[in-house]
Amino acid sequence: MSIALLIEQILNGLQFGVMLFLMAAGLTLIFGVMGLINLAHGSLFMVGAFACASVAAATGSFWLGLVASLAAAAAAGAVVEILVIRRLYERDHLDQVLATFALILIFSEGTRWVFGSFPLYLDIPRLLAGAVALPGGAQYPVYRLAVIGVGIAVAVGLYLLIGKTRLGMRIRAGESDREMIAALGIDIGTLYTLVFALGAALAGLAGAMVGALQSVQVGMGEPVLILAFVVIVIGGIGSIKGALVGAVLVGLTETLGRFLLPHLFGLMMPPSAAATVGAAIASMLIYVVMALILAFRPQGLFAANG
Amino acid sequence: MTRETAISILFVLALLAAPFAAQAMGEPFYITLATRIAILALAATGLNIALGLGGLVSFGHAAFFGIGGYAAGILVTHAFNGEPLLGGLPGTNQMIVIWITGALVAGLVAALIGLISLRTSGVYFIMITLAFAQMIYYFAISWPAYGGEDGLSIYVRNAFPGVNTLAPMSFFLICFVLLAAGLVLFALIRASRFGAALQAGRQNETRLAAVGIGPFRIRLVAFVLSAMVTAVAGALFADLNRFVSPSMFSWHMSGELIVLIILGGVGRLAGPLAGAVVYVLFEFALGGVTEHWQLFLGLILLAVVLFARGGVMGLVAGRARHG
Repeated sequence: MSIALLIEQILNGLQFGVMLFLMAAGLTLIFGVMGLINLAHGSLFMVGAFACASVAAATGSFWLGLVASLAAAAAAGAVVEILVIRRLYERDHLDQVLATFALILIFSEGTRWVFGSFPLYLDIPRLLAGAVALPGGAQYPVYRLAVIGVGIAVAVGLYLLIGKTRLGMRIRAGESDREMIAALGIDIGTLYTLVFALGAALAGLAGAMVGALQSVQVGMGEPVLILAFVVIVIGGIGSIKGALVGAVLVGLTETLGRFLLPHLFGLMMPPSAAATVGAAIASMLIYVVMALILAFRPQGLFAANG
Repeated sequence: MTRETAISILFVLALLAAPFAAQAMGEPFYITLATRIAILALAATGLNIALGLGGLVSFGHAAFFGIGGYAAGILVTHAFNGEPLLGGLPGTNQMIVIWITGALVAGLVAALIGLISLRTSGVYFIMITLAFAQMIYYFAISWPAYGGEDGLSIYVRNAFPGVNTLAPMSFFLICFVLLAAGLVLFALIRASRFGAALQAGRQNETRLAAVGIGPFRIRLVAFVLSAMVTAVAGALFADLNRFVSPSMFSWHMSGELIVLIILGGVGRLAGPLAGAVVYVLFEFALGGVTEHWQLFLGLILLAVVLFARGGVMGLVAGRARHG
């Protein structure tokens, strides 16, 4: 184990965390503003990845694909909100879970119908194809650094949007008192559709960026969705700041756990057993972290509005 | 007898009659289908204790279903290869021992999960139970001793004293009797003082506290009982398929169990059974027509949530008397 390798793993963890943040930000925004638990968020991630991969394959341009992924995910989000989600705001969480679970089945099977069961592949754009040297002599892919950069930019953008713009003010007002802002003459229905589409676009962006790192296939959104849930539970549901902290924490814990634990157990037992035990414990590590955090702060680190 | 009780009994009797009719017509495949219905209904009946009576929307009951399944798989593997388990205990292929072991282990795990997750409520509870189930799922995948990702095969169906479990009909009857026991347990809990407190906690926690009953311990006990019933169903499911794999722990399984309850009717005695009948028959009928049956299942579920609240029991037996 060298320092260069450790730095590389830390960067990988950050990149993973940033991707989780894009997912978690949308989820937590939707929950915070509309009080809706949306299991179908992972499907929007998948929609983004498929849109990017198919447009990039047709036009040869990753960048057009990226635009397509944002557009497709936002459009899918808006349509789903208008057709289905809108009817669920007044329902209890059980109905929301079931309806969005049904949406997952529809999205996954629909995508399989259109694109088939074979995964699609998405190439990293040429502009970001190289690698940069890290201190210690290792090479690190530029693309992953760019993903981290995009994540930071989105975090800053969301902070400005929510904190400094008129739309952000309405979103915050919608979080604290929806009757009141409707009474003030703001079209709450359109606001909700907009917030849902924004969350969907972020998920689509995450899907497109991850699509270039792994294969694009049906069901790719589900593991990410569950980790995003862990993130927002840790961070405090409804809090964007919590989502950012939680995402980086989960990303680093997951990546470094997988990297360090086998080494750690290697000090106590033979290498093959250490690899097995280390991998098994590492796979559970983030859930242990979550349980610990909740044992002391049941509302998460940055509880927003109960 | 109320209309609901009559319809519930009708559902149970219809399930009992179906395999005999299938055997008379020489279609033994339908016996397996009925067995599957009975097992899923039992698993969902377990969840119905927590979800229907206590209002605890557990999105992690696949954990207990899987623990039951792995109890069967692991015990019989040790019985097969003669290696002792932890602490030198031998494996076994006796169903009764497997059920008890599975239920005890699941109860213990549920107590631990419940201690942490019942401190929260609402969406937090949903997500935390989901996360704990995922934790066990990933553990099952990455722990190679019992098959890891590939799962475990059960070469010969486990034994029950005096019954040839290999005959589909006898195995169905075992499952049916356990389902009936599960339904009786549910009805007893619902009618008991404990059940009254559990349901009161769902309806109004503050009032329950005002009469001097803390909801936490009641919910914990309900959660543990619920997990134990689901675990027994998991052991039966392993025996039905003669195979266990980590997919029993997957969150799709948890979702499926909730779906069964909502399709049938939340908190209703025969809700899980009605839901399982509808679900398995849909799966079977649609699966024969198109390989994309899940798409249509999704549309039907969506329609049920949006337009047919109360599920099957709501449709045929009217609204529940207690909201």
